[in-house]
Amino acid sequence: MKKAKIYLDYAATTPVDKRVVKVMQPFFDKKFGNTMSLHSFGQEAKMVVEDSREKVANLIGAKASEIIFTSSATESNNLALKGIAFAKKNKGRHIIISSIEHDCIVESASWLEGQGFEISKLSVDRYGFVDPKEIKKLIRKDTILVSVMHANNEIGTIEPIKEIGAVCKKAGVLFHTDAAQSFGKIPIDVNKMNIDLLTASSHKMYGPKGVACLFIREGVKVEPLLHGGGHEFGLRSSTVNTAAIVGFAKACELCKKEMKVEIKRISTLRDELISGIFKEIKNVSLNGHSKKRLANNINIAFSFIEGESLIMQLDILGVAVSTGSACSSRKLKTSSVLSSIGISPLKINGSLRLSLGRETKKSDIDYVLKVLPKAVKKLRAISPFKK
Amino acid sequence: MLYTKKVIDHFKNPHNFGKMKNPDGVGRVGNIVCGDVMQLYIKVGKNKKKKEVIKKIKFETFGCVAALATSSIITDLAKGKTLERALNIEKAEIVKALGGLPPIKIHCSILASEALAEAIYDYLSKNNREIPKTLQVKHKRNHQGLEKIEKKWQKK
Repeated sequence: MKKAKIYLDYAATTPVDKRVVKVMQPFFDKKFGNTMSLHSFGQEAKMVVEDSREKVANLIGAKASEIIFTSSATESNNLALKGIAFAKKNKGRHIIISSIEHDCIVESASWLEGQGFEISKLSVDRYGFVDPKEIKKLIRKDTILVSVMHANNEIGTIEPIKEIGAVCKKAGVLFHTDAAQSFGKIPIDVNKMNIDLLTASSHKMYGPKGVACLFIREGVKVEPLLHGGGHEFGLRSSTVNTAAIVGFAKACELCKKEMKVEIKRISTLRDELISGIFKEIKNVSLNGHSKKRLANNINIAFSFIEGESLIMQLDILGVAVSTGSACSSRKLKTSSVLSSIGISPLKINGSLRLSLGRETKKSDIDYVLKVLPKAVKKLRAISPFKK
Repeated sequence: MLYTKKVIDHFKNPHNFGKMKNPDGVGRVGNIVCGDVMQLYIKVGKNKKKKEVIKKIKFETFGCVAALATSSIITDLAKGKTLERALNIEKAEIVKALGGLPPIKIHCSILASEALAEAIYDYLSKNNREIPKTLQVKHKRNHQGLEKIEKKWQKK
């Protein structure tokens, strides 16, 4: 029998869609021009990059001129926080972020703290929701930016972005959202949702790695991090990565077209997997909200066992997933997202994230439901806790 | 994280795991770095030279791949050994027997040797035997560490 190879870690990264690979191909060896060159090679590249900008903007109801291409969501988030902080430092030095942001927001904020800015962290409820009313309370005269992620990378919680944006708009404070996990997966409209800056990444939505973008609303001033030839409206100097941008744009087109059907298909599979796990295995609990979460996200705590062991046990059986356990992190620290929503340390260490995607089939879910109970049972038999 | 084939083999098929009925000594320890918990059981017998040896050994571990593999290998290393020799099984010997461990996982191997020392301590103290000074010091430290970790895991 052929060994199973089931990938359920789409929140970490996705494979590049074959249709995306195809459109990228010519830009490596045939249409390789530098967008800054005046000759036909350069012009060809320039035109296709501008066309791509339009397609990316299209997915979120933005104008093409409001999209800056970057190399990663990490870069976009750094540019958003530091760029706004330095552009607005004369108005104020207070920034608000949520307590469940990705490391690249948390670390950028803490770096800014060292530069004399003040950071406030918003607490979340037991499902990971930010309360827009809390933001209203935290906003001060010197607040220059609020940054709250759209959907959480670990528990898939979808934040009330529209309401948060409205609070910020009313207070005259800029609002940034890290949409790395939601972009291309759920509808986003930067105007209706009152978003001033938005981070999106290509490799989480079937595009290539090494490209991402930052939406910056017209009129919002951002101080660049990279100085040089003045690419990307002077906000991000660096030779433009044409092939990756073309791929990113194609991925956006595909997501836009297929989103509605995909949400329905994947959330059905997700709910089947969750209810299957609860039926087959005792002492499990769902982290995050049962409904208001990304269609592809599952995060479950398996008591009495440790997550890294469970991941490896599943990997041996051909299933790739991830965990919030301390043992699997480089810093030997448990997931701060799970502790922010009040999950006990024992449950955090035995928590598993399964994230579904475009290639996930019903037969994959059935296979996981066959092997996961065995893996858990084996590790529980070895554990000194339990019984 | 790259594990050696030996580590994965022990992880896949751990030796001597599970509870032991009527053990002569039990050692329960926790790892203050990551929170792993290990319980080790021994039965003590005598060899031909009438020296006390570890006749049977079993473990139960809550922890990562490295913790499970080190737990498994120490049961192999300790089985049949005299108590003095078993007390001298240190992390270097464990890591070597596994063909190496990723640097961030070296701390896991300490857990196994401490659990073994605790089980021997338990056996010696139950039988009112003289306990070496170094083992007494170790026991005090292990006990404090475990209390801290159990408290953490009991938090709701």
